[in-house]
Amino acid sequence: MSGYPPEMRESIRKVEATRARRIKETFPAMSLEERDAILQAFHPDYKEETFHALRVGVSKGQRMPIELGKIVEGWPHITPDFDLSEPFAETDVLVIGGGGGGASAALLAQENGAKVILVTKLRFGDANTMMAQGGIQAADRPEDSPAIHYLDVIGGGHFTNVPELVEALVMDAPFVIEWLEELGMMFDKEPDGTMIEAHGGGTSRKRMHSARDYSGAEIMRTLRDEVRDREDDITVIEFSPAVELVLDDNGQAAGAIVMNLETGVYSYIKAKAVVLATGGGGRLHYQGFPTTNHYGATADGVVIAYRAGARLGYLESMQYHPTGAAFPEQILGLLVTEKVRGLGGQPVNAEGEQFVYPLEPRDVEAAALIRECAPVEQGGHGKGVVTPTGQPGVWLDSPIIEMIKGPGTIKKALPAMVRQFGRFGIDITKEPMLVYPTLHYQNGGVRLKPDGSTDVPGLFIAGEVSGGVHGHNRLMGNSLLEITVFGRRSGRSAAAHSQRVKLGAPSLAHVAAWIKELDEAGVDTGVISPILLPDYTRHQ
Amino acid sequence: MAEQQDNLIPIYIMGKQYMVPSTLTIMKAMEWAGYKLIRGVGCRGGFCGACATVYRIMGDPKLYFGLACQTVVQPGMYLAQIPFFPAQRATYDITKLEPTATTLFSIYPEVLRCLGCGACSKACPQEIDVRAYMAAGMRGDIAAVADISFDCIMCGLCASRCPAEEAQYNIAILARRLYGRYLAPRSQHLQERLKEIRAGKFDAELEELKGLSKDELVARYKARDIEPK
Repeated sequence: MSGYPPEMRESIRKVEATRARRIKETFPAMSLEERDAILQAFHPDYKEETFHALRVGVSKGQRMPIELGKIVEGWPHITPDFDLSEPFAETDVLVIGGGGGGASAALLAQENGAKVILVTKLRFGDANTMMAQGGIQAADRPEDSPAIHYLDVIGGGHFTNVPELVEALVMDAPFVIEWLEELGMMFDKEPDGTMIEAHGGGTSRKRMHSARDYSGAEIMRTLRDEVRDREDDITVIEFSPAVELVLDDNGQAAGAIVMNLETGVYSYIKAKAVVLATGGGGRLHYQGFPTTNHYGATADGVVIAYRAGARLGYLESMQYHPTGAAFPEQILGLLVTEKVRGLGGQPVNAEGEQFVYPLEPRDVEAAALIRECAPVEQGGHGKGVVTPTGQPGVWLDSPIIEMIKGPGTIKKALPAMVRQFGRFGIDITKEPMLVYPTLHYQNGGVRLKPDGSTDVPGLFIAGEVSGGVHGHNRLMGNSLLEITVFGRRSGRSAAAHSQRVKLGAPSLAHVAAWIKELDEAGVDTGVISPILLPDYTRHQ
Repeated sequence: MAEQQDNLIPIYIMGKQYMVPSTLTIMKAMEWAGYKLIRGVGCRGGFCGACATVYRIMGDPKLYFGLACQTVVQPGMYLAQIPFFPAQRATYDITKLEPTATTLFSIYPEVLRCLGCGACSKACPQEIDVRAYMAAGMRGDIAAVADISFDCIMCGLCASRCPAEEAQYNIAILARRLYGRYLAPRSQHLQERLKEIRAGKFDAELEELKGLSKDELVARYKARDIEPK
C-alpha cells in the first residue's frame, strides 16, 4: 500500500514513465557563472531583508540571520557578581559539547595528559554527529590526493575558505580514518579491505567513506564508547549546558558557568583550558525553514564565545540541505541523505523530468530545487509537487538506484532511509521521496586557527560552532571530517595549554562589560541567551 | 491548525488525558499538550534513541514500543517514555583485547544467561533481531553480532524487557568495535596514503595551492577532471 495520496501518486506515475529514459540521461552541471546567478536569485542567504548586522562586540557589523542576531545580542543568564569562589568542580580541560567534536577533543586531551570534564546539554551523543548519514571525506585512494580534496573544498566554499584550515582538514583526513578504524569503527569495505567510496556534491573524486547510512551514528557511538572507557580521566556531566565562559583577570579562559537543565541551578566549573564544541543553530529556524538538526542546536557556543571576546566570521552563510523530507508532514525537514544522489538517485519535477545535475554543491542544488518549485511569476519554474498540507517539493527518484546498481542496493546502503519512510507506508525501493531544502548547517561561527585556538587565550574550538574551514558553503562529508580533525587538534592544544598556563583569579568582568556595551548602544532584544532549547509548546 | 483541531483524539501521557491532533507524532503531541521536553528528546529524527516509548492502546492488553519522534499518535494511546535505563556497561581497553568468544564472555558473562525468549526483538524500534545477535554472541560469532546489530540506536528498550537482565546494546557495541578493529580487513590504500603524507609527498603542492590568488584557484578548479560515476 502506498503512503501517498492519489493526487501525488499521479505525479509518481510520470516519474515512473520517464525512468528508463533518464537512466541514460546526464543533466549538465552548471558553470561557475550559472551557479552564481541561481544563488543570487533563489538561495535564502541572498534575501537581504532577513539579515541583521551586529551592533555590539568585537565583530560589530557581522551579518547573520535576524533570529541569530537576536540571541547573539542577548542578555546573560547570570549577573557579573556570580560567586566564583567555590567552583563546583575543577579540571585541566573543560570540553563543552557532547557530539563528535567534543568527544574527539576529550580523547586527545586525555591522551596528552589532561584530566577532562565534558559537559553536554542533553545526553552524551545527542548531537548532529549522530544524525549525519552520508559519510566522511578523505583522499586516500591512489586516484585522489589531498591537493585535489583541497581544490574541491575551496571551490565548493566559493574560494573564501581560510587556506591553512583547509590544509589541516585535507592533510589530517586519512589519519582520522585510520584513528576511527583503530577505535573499532565499521567502515563499508570490499572483502579485501578496500574502502567503498562514493561521490558527494561538488567532489571530483570518490572519497566519501561510509558506514551504511549510519555514518555519523557509527562515529558517535564509537567515540562515546571510548570516552566512557576512560572514565578515570574523563568525567561526563549530562544535562548541563554552558551559559557563560569564565575568564581570568588576564583574559584567559578559566572554565564556564553551566546550568543543570533539570534543577535550574548554575555552577562554576573551573578549568585551565576550554574546548567549545557546541555545534550549530538549526533550531533557530531561520526564515521559517524546518531543520535537520537535533533539538539542542541553538547556537549557544557562538553566543558565549562572542561575549568573551572571540571574533565571528562567515555567519552570513547558512547551509540549506537540498533534500529534506517534504512528505509526510510528520518528518518534514528531516534529512534525506545526499548519499541517495551519490548512488545515482535523481531529483525530478512533477512532470518526471530532471532539472538539475544531481550532485552540484549543496547551496547550488538547494537553489535549483527552490527555483523548480517557485511560481513562474516569481521567476521559478512552477513544476513542484504540492502536498495536501501545502508543502511544495520535488521527487527524489530512489528506485532508479536499483536499476543502476542492482536489486537490494537500497536496503543495504540506505537502511535508515528505508526505515524512516517505511514507518509511514512509503517503500523507497519502489516509490520516490518528496524533498525540499531544509536548514542544515552553520557554515560560519567563531574564528578558528589551525591548532584549534581562537582569539581568546585558552579557548579552543571544534566543529560547526567554528567558522572558516568551509568558507561560504560546506561540502557533504566534510563536517564529520571537520569535527574529528579539529576536535583532535583542539584537544591536543588544550591539554598543552593547560600544562603551561598560569591562571589568575577567575572573573566575569567580560560579562559586566557586555551588559554595559548593550546598555550604551541601547540594544535590548528582550532575550536571555543562550536560549538552550527551542520552545515548541503550543501557546494559545 | 484549524483543520487539525477538528480531529482531536484522546491520548494518555503517563495516565493523564490530553486531546491532541491525530496527525502528530507522540513527541509533537506532547509538545502540543504543553510539555517542554528535556528528557526523552534528542535528535528528533530517529537516530539517537533518546525518546524510547512504551504504549498500550485502550482495550488491547498488548504492549507496543516505538520512538516518540517517529510514531504517530492513536486514539486511546496510553504512553510512558523510558528516557533512561540503568543498564550494565563494562569498561575495557579496546587496544588490549582479542576478538574472541572468551573476550565477550569475560567482559559480559551475562551473555550466556540469555533465555532466547525474544522479548528484546519485540521491543526494538529499529526492528533488529536482537535475539538473533544474542544467540550469535553465545556462539562467540562476533562478526554476526556486529552485522545484525549494526542499526542499533542504543535506546535501551531491549534491556528494559529482558528477563535475564542483559544489556544487549552494550554487548553489541563491544562486538562491533572488536569487529571494526580486529576482524574487518584493513585498507591497504589508506596505509599507502599515510606513508606518502608522512614522507611529505604532498607538502610542496599544498604550499603552492595555499599561495594562489583567487583567479588562479578558479582556473585550477574549473580545469580539474571529474572522476566518472
